[in-house]
Amino acid sequence: MAKVQGKSGILQRMGPLVGLILIVIILTIFNSDFLTVGNIFNVFRQVSINALIAFGMTFVILTGGIDLSVGSIIALSSAFVAGMMAAGSGSMLAIGVGVLSGTLMGTINGVVIARGKVAPFIATLATMTIFRGLTLVYTEGKPITGFPDTFGQIGRGYLFDIPMPVIWMLVAFGVLYVILKFTSFGRHVFALGGNEEATRLSGVNTNRVKVLVYSISGLLASLSGIILTSRLNSAQPTAGTSYELDAIAAVVLGGTSLSGGKGWIAGTLVGAMIIGILDNGLNLLNVSSFYQQVVKGGVILLAVLLDRSKGKQ
Amino acid sequence: MTDLLTMKGINKSFSGVKVLEDVQFSLRQGEVHALMGENGAGKSTLMKILSGIYSKDAGSIQIHGKESVASSPKTAQALGVAIIHQELNMIPDLSIIENMFLGREFKWGRTGFVNWPRMRSEAKNYLQQLGMELNPDIRAGELSVGQQQMVEIAKALSMQAKILVLDEPTAALTKREIEKLFQLIANLKTQGVGMIYISHRMEEIFQISDRITVLRDGRYIGTRDTDVTTMDELVQMMVGREIKERFPKVEKEIGAECLRVEGLEQEGKLYDINLSVRAGEILGIAGLMGAGRSELAKALFGVGKYQGKIFVNGRAVSIKNPQEAIKAGLALITEDRKGEGLVSDLSVRENLALPNLRSLSRFGFISHRMEQKFVEDSIKKLNVKVHHPGQWVSSLSGGNQQKVVIGKWLATQPNVLILDEPTRGVDIGAKREIYDLMNQLVQKGVAIVMISSELPEVLGMSDRVLVMHEGRITGEFLRENATQETIMIAATGGKNHG
Repeated sequence: MAKVQGKSGILQRMGPLVGLILIVIILTIFNSDFLTVGNIFNVFRQVSINALIAFGMTFVILTGGIDLSVGSIIALSSAFVAGMMAAGSGSMLAIGVGVLSGTLMGTINGVVIARGKVAPFIATLATMTIFRGLTLVYTEGKPITGFPDTFGQIGRGYLFDIPMPVIWMLVAFGVLYVILKFTSFGRHVFALGGNEEATRLSGVNTNRVKVLVYSISGLLASLSGIILTSRLNSAQPTAGTSYELDAIAAVVLGGTSLSGGKGWIAGTLVGAMIIGILDNGLNLLNVSSFYQQVVKGGVILLAVLLDRSKGKQ
Repeated sequence: MTDLLTMKGINKSFSGVKVLEDVQFSLRQGEVHALMGENGAGKSTLMKILSGIYSKDAGSIQIHGKESVASSPKTAQALGVAIIHQELNMIPDLSIIENMFLGREFKWGRTGFVNWPRMRSEAKNYLQQLGMELNPDIRAGELSVGQQQMVEIAKALSMQAKILVLDEPTAALTKREIEKLFQLIANLKTQGVGMIYISHRMEEIFQISDRITVLRDGRYIGTRDTDVTTMDELVQMMVGREIKERFPKVEKEIGAECLRVEGLEQEGKLYDINLSVRAGEILGIAGLMGAGRSELAKALFGVGKYQGKIFVNGRAVSIKNPQEAIKAGLALITEDRKGEGLVSDLSVRENLALPNLRSLSRFGFISHRMEQKFVEDSIKKLNVKVHHPGQWVSSLSGGNQQKVVIGKWLATQPNVLILDEPTRGVDIGAKREIYDLMNQLVQKGVAIVMISSELPEVLGMSDRVLVMHEGRITGEFLRENATQETIMIAATGGKNHG
């Protein structure tokens, strides 16, 4: 939310972007292949899946919650989509059912958390396991393949030379940005994360807001699952495993506070870009995948530490 | 008597803004010296310098005639300075002993093992010195606020404190606990302890203090002997102008019944509550802490399940949550501004708009233009002192924060406004503005229910007073018939009816 607090506020919000630019400059110096149109699109495409999940996660984290089940929602909703198509139904119908099922899984999370008053970490830890288990039951542990050609366009197609996943990501970003910034629902999300009791006593139906943010998170997870399935041309029962961690990392790197109430979705996009570019750049630099993890974790830690020290001043 | 403490020419600035300028203060042995001033006058900054939390920019501090600089709370302790904060710092899950000796436990030699018998006997010793028969092994969380405060004072004594700063010590105490505290203060005076007493409550200050020093806008205004000064003089010193009446009176018409409650019950909290408020009326609700007054306010606002009937403007309503309460025309300004009234991470603008987003939105989208206008109007109407509506609400002073809370509710145009401790932690100038605002509202036909622990406020502002004790209404008085004594008798469970 636009909270103009003088210069320091703007600087604090621009911190992640400055970091991103620095990483780009460093990678460009070390590898001339990095800053090419082809590679940049490549990075964007790699980022899009994590970014979509992280957008939904931003809503959840802004309310002070967390959603660990997104990876399993990806797997289960993708399995539904793939299963329907493999059984001969049209891709549009399958996608519709897939998105609906993902949203519903998010709604279940939200109801358990809001009505059942279960801590979000525990509730989504449990549903993460449940949804993953259901995926294995449904797929019998085997990948599902055999989709119509049109379905492949979602993840592998291009529009004006721009990869389709990037288009989906930007559309989702635009819609969610507007919701968060300009609607009363968006305002309620920030208020709830800042002070739940005061928000409730102000006449906001806080349970409804909670259910909605987890539904949004489920919806976006299923969308990214569909894109992933289209790109791989198969639905894997293990798809999306530990994707929640990259999504949470993107949100936090983007400057959103894990305790809720503070943050913005543009930061999450930047955070996802930082993670994606690190992955891509380290590959280009031929850094072994073992070291890549060390570097990635280090960058996340450094970013959050920098953010803390700024917050103290 | 010799001067225990002399502070002279104290200056302090925060990033270029002078918050203290040439301030002086002195304290004698066995004296209670009250420090008064509006919020933001510099009282807490001065005390934080004394206790080593801040360092002074200039000036001299002498303790027992020796120049002493407390560079940290630890060195302040060594110099014999202790502060009893308004918000108590006890750890509820630790025992009294553990709290008293936290960080300075007695050990068996150098082993690192705690010497429990010695700590227990020392704790008992200091508690007894204060006339308290408490088992030092019970958890601090089981103590009342008043008892916790006594334990904090015992802790200060155990650190050989000679200068005791009491910051709003009675804000959360019952009448009985206040009496006990005052006895204790008298007792400490005979032991030669000097006490700096910070409070907004005039009556207390006149009862307990020997001298009074007033600060205003970071400057020293003057020191008076308590027995020669008057309330009016002090108020004038504090605000720099004369405030004629503390409780303004206005002409108004009392109209039809706005709110009626019949047989309201909430398990374990409220029993058989019957009350009614009419348009243009201010109904004061007095009582001690824990009498169920805030619980009543919350029950009316749809927090928690209740049995009984609520009528608004003659119509029976069912209120299951705050949304329904707002729809019925109720508004609640809670006593806990920080915890329940404001979202401190949001701006003044966003806080003001929060209960009003529905009327400021079209198809779920907030109209920037309407919100802007609404916020500017509210800020102007309530005279909220802000640099910018986008400013964080937590950066405002207590009085201005309270105006924001009131402002966010006024726009919902309530028929019945419930105010729970409307002037707690608010300075005299802002208090008067809040009283004026209440009067304007009742003149427009709003019914006000005002819960307050400050009896002068209850007596000064209400048309009618209800008194609660242990979840029941134990007294009802017209303003003309109510006195502090009759209210206190009802509030402590004694029977009388005015």
